[in-house]
Amino acid sequence: MIEGILVEGLIYGIMALGVFITFRILDFPDLSVDGTFPLGAAVMASTLTAGWNPLLCLLLAFAAGAAAGMLTALIHNTLKVPGLLAGILTMTMLWSINIRVLGGRANLPLMRVETMLTRFQHGLGAALSQPAALLLFCFAVVLVIKLAMDFFFHTDLGLTLGALGFNEQMIIAQGIDPRALKYIALALANGLVAVSGAFAAQYQGFADVNLGQGIIVSGLAMVMLGEFILRSNRIGWLTSRVILGSIAYRAIMYAGRYYGYYINLTPNDLKLITGILIIAALAVTKLQDKKGAAKKGKAKK
Amino acid sequence: MIELKDIDMTFGIGTPDENHVLNGLSLKVNRGDFITIIGSNGAGKSTLFNVISGKYSPTSGRVIFQEGDVTSQPEYRRARYIGRIFQDPLLGTAGNMSLEDNMVITQKKGFKGLKISLNHQLREKFRKELVQLDMNLENRLSDNVGTLSGGQRQALTLLMTVLSQPEILLLDEHTAALDPKNAAKVLELTCRFIEKYSLTAMMVTHNMQQAIDYGNRLLMLDNGQVIFDVSGEEKKNLTVDLLVKKFHEIRKSDFLSDEALLS
Ligand SMILES: Nc1ncnc2c1ncn2[C@@H]1O[C@H](COP(=O)(O)OP(=O)(O)OP(=O)(O)O)[C@@H](O)[C@H]1O
Ligand SMILES: [Mg+2]
Repeated sequence: MIEGILVEGLIYGIMALGVFITFRILDFPDLSVDGTFPLGAAVMASTLTAGWNPLLCLLLAFAAGAAAGMLTALIHNTLKVPGLLAGILTMTMLWSINIRVLGGRANLPLMRVETMLTRFQHGLGAALSQPAALLLFCFAVVLVIKLAMDFFFHTDLGLTLGALGFNEQMIIAQGIDPRALKYIALALANGLVAVSGAFAAQYQGFADVNLGQGIIVSGLAMVMLGEFILRSNRIGWLTSRVILGSIAYRAIMYAGRYYGYYINLTPNDLKLITGILIIAALAVTKLQDKKGAAKKGKAKK
Repeated sequence: MIELKDIDMTFGIGTPDENHVLNGLSLKVNRGDFITIIGSNGAGKSTLFNVISGKYSPTSGRVIFQEGDVTSQPEYRRARYIGRIFQDPLLGTAGNMSLEDNMVITQKKGFKGLKISLNHQLREKFRKELVQLDMNLENRLSDNVGTLSGGQRQALTLLMTVLSQPEILLLDEHTAALDPKNAAKVLELTCRFIEKYSLTAMMVTHNMQQAIDYGNRLLMLDNGQVIFDVSGEEKKNLTVDLLVKKFHEIRKSDFLSDEALLS
């Protein structure tokens, strides 16, 4: 069970990193995620089934997610509609597109296909038990992604993105078109989400159009949980805590699934738990802010 | 250097709230000018800056920059040669980031690439520049800008803006939100930087004495028009009383309430 929590926490953590980029860094509530997650899964599953090189499949999944993210940015930038609506439009359209990617069906099993995960496990042979090999693989993948992201947000471009969500006027004042930055950030975020979907499909052994339903809300819960675990402003810690939050979220969901029946909870109640989790996180943050403000006010006097 | 030709700006055209804010305003700003601008609330001072900076495009009229028509150039493009500082000290910097990261973003105008500029050498350079502010900020490079006071933050914004070497500096009551001591300090820095980097500048202020004491040229704005434009000797000989008198000569309206408005 603990391996399951860690593996899923890591795989979904990639998605949470994408959500972190849009919601936290860009301050853009992007709901495309519900569509780009299954898009990544669908692209991965259908290209793997067609016998393509798994690494190429993964790259394609990223590219597909990135393209979808840019579509959201395009709708938002050119039609000046709020980000929320732009994301919903992309998400809705992707549902149909995902079915097409899956070859006109809603579900594509990967049981008899060699995935990146099974390849790695077989490659290691008897050196590691299968669950341990899986965990090692996911850990390595997430570590590489996290470090790449840390590097990116240290570059001049990354810093500029970091300022955009906080102060758009400052970015304009530097002679930079904020729209261009939004393309980049939404592409990056949804590319990551699609990669997460690609691994989720390989892990579960199938791709399904409904894989993404409500995933944005769970991603948000992961990001918020992480914020409770660690307080920091350094990008390295910020990305780490997103992944920790994702693992914590999985642990809570596991607990809900396996021990929930003691208090009459069924798996159908997990969405309710997720929602309550987010509301609780919001409430606690609000209370802390109030306390902080009160303290500051006192200090001034 | 910058020329405004017959600028009209009307908000909410065709609605009951239609508001004609700039009325055929024409103005020529020469290189090296340091212009102070006064005018009552709602006279159109900020709107004038918004038109120059490209935040709003005028209803009619043209904006010329160094012989080129830039009327339809978007704000972010014009920002490459226009530096602007607002009344709100929060608008110039990103409070969630460190001083050094803020300075990396603003050290050069234009789109940024995938390189990491911040190194020992650049930090040294930032430190040297920050010393000029005399606020001990050179020792706080890795602190979040959000932890600075309003005065420190505005001084930092000023420094970052002049270091990016704009052709023209627009200051919109940039000391009005600060306490008197910090306001004086930021104003002093402003003058020093304008001189040091030989900048062309326009400064909006509600303080008539300030408008008289600083700069080489003074504009009075009323009802979206430049009603008074003095420079040189004539400006040096101005006093607040003279200015108020001048205002009423031109406007010929109720003395008391207008004096209250102007100051
Ligand atoms: N975006 C806008 N939409 C509608 N009306 C606006 C807008 N911006 C400014 N105005 C109006 O234009 C008029 C002039 O405003 P402006 O901000 O230029 O005045 P100001 O001279 O800067 O005054 P203050 O001294 O109070 O800063 C005001 O009546 C204001 O309500
Ligand atoms: Mg104003």
